[in-house]
Amino acid sequence: MLHTVNKSPYEKSSLDTCLRLAKQGSTILLIEDAVYAAITGSSLESKIRQASKRYEFCVLGPDLKARGLDEAKLIDGIRVVDYGGFVDLAVSHDRVQSWL
Amino acid sequence: MGAAFEQDISVVYLDDGVYQLKKDQDTTDSSIKNFSPTYRALASYGVEKLYVETESMEDRGLSEQDLIVPVKMISGAELTELMEQQDVILNY
Repeated sequence: MLHTVNKSPYEKSSLDTCLRLAKQGSTILLIEDAVYAAITGSSLESKIRQASKRYEFCVLGPDLKARGLDEAKLIDGIRVVDYGGFVDLAVSHDRVQSWL
Repeated sequence: MGAAFEQDISVVYLDDGVYQLKKDQDTTDSSIKNFSPTYRALASYGVEKLYVETESMEDRGLSEQDLIVPVKMISGAELTELMEQQDVILNY
């Protein structure tokens, strides 16, 4: 399953809930304000690093860029995708769950 | 909505969503409409599988007796499996 998360982890608990309930091996795509979770040096970094052992994390490049976030500051192992990559992820997974 | 199309529906309440089912909601002093009694009508629309995540309830100090409708309590691990069984999942 592909999980998309679009809310800042500092404002909403939807990323936490996704990490609590998504099955191991799922892909989690961070979009919109959820891209803030992908950056090193934050209070969330260790949690995301820990979770990346269970999930494949992706982040939407245009949403990083729009927020002035540098791809070089991403937590290791998080893959940047563009809009075409987002479509590829949606197609290659049997289902998509959008955490709101 | 899904029930209107005769789909096999399960509804799960988790995180703050469990507060939707809190009984004794009374909005008479706040002049807004209280929608919570409508949850009792779900069964007559064919929505009979109502689940509440145990951890969300415990985090908020709620128990099954606090809810307006009968539900099945499931753990997060059970919910993970329940989600895997679905064809489509809509989050609200």
